[in-house]
Amino acid sequence: MKLTAPLIYGLIASILLVSAPHAEHLPIWVSAMCVALLGWRGYLAYSGTPLPSRWLLLLITIAGVAAIGIGFRTLFGREVGVTLLILLATLKLLELKAVRDATVLIYLSCFIIITNFFYSQSIPTALFMLFTLIVIVATWVNLQTGALALKPRLRIAGLLLLQAIPLSLILFVLFPRIQGPLWGMPQDAYAKSGLSDTMSPGSMSKLSLSDEVAFRATFSGTAPMRSQMYWRGPVLWDFDGTTWKRGQNATLQKPTLSDVGMPVDYTVTLEPHNKRWLFALDMPTNISVAADMAPDFQLLNRTPVNARLRYNARSQLSYRANLNEPPQQMKRALDLPRGYNPKALRLAAEWRSNEKNDEAIANTALRYFNQNAFSYTLEPPLLGTHNVDDFLFTTKQGFCEHYASSFVFLMRAAGVPARVVTGYQGGEFNELGGYYILRQADAHAWAEVWLKNRGWVRVDPTAAISPARIQSGLSAALPDNAALPFMARNPPQWMRELRFNWDALSNQWNQWVLGYNSERQFAFLTRLGMEDITWQKLAMNMLAGIFILVGIFTLILLRRLVVRQNDPVQAAWLKVCKKLAKAGLARAPHEGPEDYAARVSAARPHLADAMHDIATRYTDLRYAGTNDEGALRAFKDAVKAFKL
Amino acid sequence: MFKRFRQLFRNWAFRRTVETGTVVLNQRRIYIIPSKQGLAFALVLGLMLLGDINYNLSLGYVLTFLLATTAGLTMLYAFRNLAQLEIHAGHVEPVFVGEQARFVFHFNNPSNLARYQIHLHDDAGNETIFDLPERCSTPVSLSIPANKRGWLDSERLSLYTHFPLGLFHAWTYIHFDVRALVYPKPAAPQALPAASAQDGTGKVMAKGDDDFSGLRNYVSGDALPRIAWKALAREQGLQVKQFSAQQGYSLWLDWALLPNIATERKLELLTRWVLDADAQGLMYGLRLPDGEVMQQHGTTHRAECLRRLALYGMGDK
Repeated sequence: MKLTAPLIYGLIASILLVSAPHAEHLPIWVSAMCVALLGWRGYLAYSGTPLPSRWLLLLITIAGVAAIGIGFRTLFGREVGVTLLILLATLKLLELKAVRDATVLIYLSCFIIITNFFYSQSIPTALFMLFTLIVIVATWVNLQTGALALKPRLRIAGLLLLQAIPLSLILFVLFPRIQGPLWGMPQDAYAKSGLSDTMSPGSMSKLSLSDEVAFRATFSGTAPMRSQMYWRGPVLWDFDGTTWKRGQNATLQKPTLSDVGMPVDYTVTLEPHNKRWLFALDMPTNISVAADMAPDFQLLNRTPVNARLRYNARSQLSYRANLNEPPQQMKRALDLPRGYNPKALRLAAEWRSNEKNDEAIANTALRYFNQNAFSYTLEPPLLGTHNVDDFLFTTKQGFCEHYASSFVFLMRAAGVPARVVTGYQGGEFNELGGYYILRQADAHAWAEVWLKNRGWVRVDPTAAISPARIQSGLSAALPDNAALPFMARNPPQWMRELRFNWDALSNQWNQWVLGYNSERQFAFLTRLGMEDITWQKLAMNMLAGIFILVGIFTLILLRRLVVRQNDPVQAAWLKVCKKLAKAGLARAPHEGPEDYAARVSAARPHLADAMHDIATRYTDLRYAGTNDEGALRAFKDAVKAFKL
Repeated sequence: MFKRFRQLFRNWAFRRTVETGTVVLNQRRIYIIPSKQGLAFALVLGLMLLGDINYNLSLGYVLTFLLATTAGLTMLYAFRNLAQLEIHAGHVEPVFVGEQARFVFHFNNPSNLARYQIHLHDDAGNETIFDLPERCSTPVSLSIPANKRGWLDSERLSLYTHFPLGLFHAWTYIHFDVRALVYPKPAAPQALPAASAQDGTGKVMAKGDDDFSGLRNYVSGDALPRIAWKALAREQGLQVKQFSAQQGYSLWLDWALLPNIATERKLELLTRWVLDADAQGLMYGLRLPDGEVMQQHGTTHRAECLRRLALYGMGDK
């Protein structure tokens, strides 16, 4: 088998297809270089020019690898690895010498496909993978068939893959899943976006520009009202004048809830965010995964969430939280940086002297926000060193983080223990899937104040100036929504529905395909009626399933080998011959019907009449042009009546 | 040593019977093992699976399993590519030493399935590759160099395919009862021995060399000047002109009269003379220590003489 031009084109197409999804995260010069090299190779194949010399290739390779090493400052790690793999595969194409090199390239292509799954495993990615596979397999077939045209090759490749799908489905469902990782992972192994454990002016509004899904939630009963859907994330205590941080809890004491009511049960499917915190409605009491409850009611997973995580949780919407907060935590909840925001301090001192209790102070603050022409905007003006002062008395425009931050500052200044809580608020209901989608755009910050006899009470200052944000979401709260991501705006109804359909589909995909881990496998197989699942049992079932399917496939695939006799005359005649063959009177290949009949008659005189009759009818139908239905039926009857 | 063991194993493991008639390739005759590329691909799949487990790539599992089952299915494809083929051996034309004997096998594909890239080869590495469209029969010839006079056996031949992805090697052995007759290599041109006129016929019938009496098919060894080039130009194939005067002149090609040279040289010389005498249209006979062929002329006579020369001293007539 020679390396023909169509084969080269096929290989170029394969490399191009497997590298294309990487284009967005490869350095631009690498993409450009690969495209140029592939184009060059295509031209060489087209014009029949010999390949470039070894030295030139070596030079390009060394230069390329060195440039990548300098660009990334390392030659190890995932991103670098993928970049190198793509560059080397492209260069290999330029020194294609033998069929073996082509085979190596095909294998490499398969491998590069898998590296794309680090970045995306969505449905479009899967469909694109199938398309790529067809091209690769068609090229692969070319290696073995040489001159075969593209169309039959595509047909063979498509059929092969189509037949492989049911078998691989069995493997996918039954192959024993091992919870990775098996070895240490490079730092850049996971995607990262979502809430962080710090908050400074601008951090939330930046997040709210993202359409990405943070998690999805399904309620098992009726869903609570939107204004109660505060998904609790990191709780921030320490303030240094600009940034809020989580800090260290000064106690190990478990938080307590009393007078609980209004329980809700729900399931959360959390997208990986590479941090430990899990999201739950205020205040969570139970969770189905191994997680710790921090003293400030924050749920922390044991390890960073770097794969999609599904958990059931129960929350109590009505509660008194930590009535006995330890004094050292109280101290943290009142701590303020020195020398910041003098005007705000003065305002708080004024409230303290006027109001009789903490609750009244909090209400005064909310009234203050409500009545002093504050506005809610995604693009607030920049603030100076005394950012709370600037915000409260000058700009009066801000996003949720500005309100939460300044509210907690005022509370602490007035001697009311307070802290910032970040998380997500609201969410979008997908009617098709019956679940809520929480996007990064739904990220929110609010406050909690500690009141005597009531414990930690949620106060959302954003609600005071923009109730619409809480009631209906971001787009309702902002006057000009041009800067918002697509879904946070108000697109036309049909688009919304389309997006909902798509998201419902993606959700199913995430749950059943991407999230299919050992637990899911266990649950699924139990529902199918399998008991006491062990991996040995799984393996046995897998093998049994494969054997059955392989058997079926063998029958289907080999069916076309059987030559079917379509001619009824011939079929009937062969039936007679077969009967006689069993009796030891097989027809010789050279023997015509007349001769055969004569021989049979001689050997078995009692068959003579019937045999001659059949032979005559046969020859008439066959050769004399007798072709009517009646003659055929009579012949068939004669055959049927023929007994030894 | 290793080669010998391999041969022994093969002879033990696979039947070594010589077959006649039509052979149908059924599942009992077709063997399949993974090829080197197949093993390498298994390794690649293993690496991919490790990656899937480590990085928890569900779509990676899908891809790995899809490729693995595709690879597995190609085993069936490879089997199917050979299965139910009907083969029977065809006629093999005699050749001279130094030429290629063309063993012809008639392959019939009665199924509705096209077959691709079937390799037919012998142990010495002579190979031919062919495709077989559905419901089609075609002669396939395998050229094996003829190095020795006498019978050239096709030996056991392997028939294999790597279709469709080269991951599996599906093969079968065919060993037909066919052999090619290999004539001795004609010696360098040398004048014919003088005609003996003992029987008194002499040149009685020699009316002239130019009485064209017809054309016959070319037989290897025919003299170039007698080839009917015009017929060839009319695309009637390679033919040789025959002349009626050929019956005129007779001679004996006698072993006993040859100079004292090695047996093989004698045979080569006689071969040359048979060819020349035939080309010149003479009546000639052949006398060998183990018998003689009466004076005659014509294609059949020529073939008989050459056959006697080819098999001289082989105890096999």
